[in-house]
Amino acid sequence: MSRTPTDDGRADRYPLGRRAVVAALLADAGDLLVVTGLGAPAWDATAAGDRDLTFPLWGAMGGAVSMGLGLALARPEDRVLVLTGDGELLMGLGSLSTVGHQQPANLAVVVLDNERYGETGGQRTHTARHTDLAGVAAACGWPSTWTVRDEAGAAELPARLWDTAGPRLVVVKVAAANEPLVMPPRDGVWLKERFRRALLDQP
Amino acid sequence: MTAPWVPEVWQTLLDNDVRQVAYVPDAGLAALIEQAQAEPQVLAVPLSTEEEGVAVLAGAWLGGQRGVLLMQSSGVGNCINLLSLARTCRFPLLMLVTMRGQWGERNPWQVPMGSITKAVLEQAGLLVFEVTEADRVAETVSAAAAMAFTGPAAVAVLIGQRVLGAKSFVEAVPTGQPR
Repeated sequence: MSRTPTDDGRADRYPLGRRAVVAALLADAGDLLVVTGLGAPAWDATAAGDRDLTFPLWGAMGGAVSMGLGLALARPEDRVLVLTGDGELLMGLGSLSTVGHQQPANLAVVVLDNERYGETGGQRTHTARHTDLAGVAAACGWPSTWTVRDEAGAAELPARLWDTAGPRLVVVKVAAANEPLVMPPRDGVWLKERFRRALLDQP
Repeated sequence: MTAPWVPEVWQTLLDNDVRQVAYVPDAGLAALIEQAQAEPQVLAVPLSTEEEGVAVLAGAWLGGQRGVLLMQSSGVGNCINLLSLARTCRFPLLMLVTMRGQWGERNPWQVPMGSITKAVLEQAGLLVFEVTEADRVAETVSAAAAMAFTGPAAVAVLIGQRVLGAKSFVEAVPTGQPR
């Protein structure tokens, strides 16, 4: 069995920046329904432009994929994108199995994997050693899973994401550097009602 | 034989336009889960752990669907941090919890969580309705659903072990170990 290299601080040298990856994914978002995990993915999505149909989590760690699943099942004709981090997803690893059971074709998960708990001091997550989150999703029956490590992979990601069979999960290895804080509104009731008004015309 | 409260509760859920039934199984919920799997208008969503269901139903509500979360009392402990999602954002949350660790329980490992289930849910900000008589289950679920979906509010119905009957633990081969 092959193993990924052990933790050598490699994420400090990853060429991709998280902000550019997310900006490209949300550039022509249109009616895309977006849920973000807490922390940096929420800041990244907000830096790309706060929007009504993005629901940024400020807590509920481990719940982002599950929330995206419930939304995707409720709206089978709409595309649902979950943007989250490696630490957040590691806390809800079972949710990959739950999604694999349901097979929602309209769901995509993009993991911005910096191999760090970026909000708490940069401690290394399990992906810094052996855990391959795309491999976990594949083993749970997700039809499309892959890992992006360079500019060429990032450039084709926004289109490729929706050209593949869903559900799909993409791990994007991003540099461990922290970006400036760009925070979304934090009133959960307001965020929920904003999203529902935009999608359903009711709070 | 299916207990009479099961079809009554199922009809109550349908009357409330519940469309997603998220669950971790329990023997006391088996008949309800079978109803969910058989109903074309409803999607059964089995979970790997109960807290996923809090987030699944929040997502469902963002997309315009109502749901219900079914679990055994031991699963309540798994949910605690995710319940902050329902409380902070005031998502409707209807939980039906079948109790272990109380009336006639023969597995002492179920007792710690069963004995604190109600208190923990109340501390987490949920409204909790306990029901200990079979002919009160459906009306309690109906009252809980009304408050959950019109509030919106987070409401748990605890279905007592006296309603369900305690698990019997008939041994196939006695082990001879201390018990």
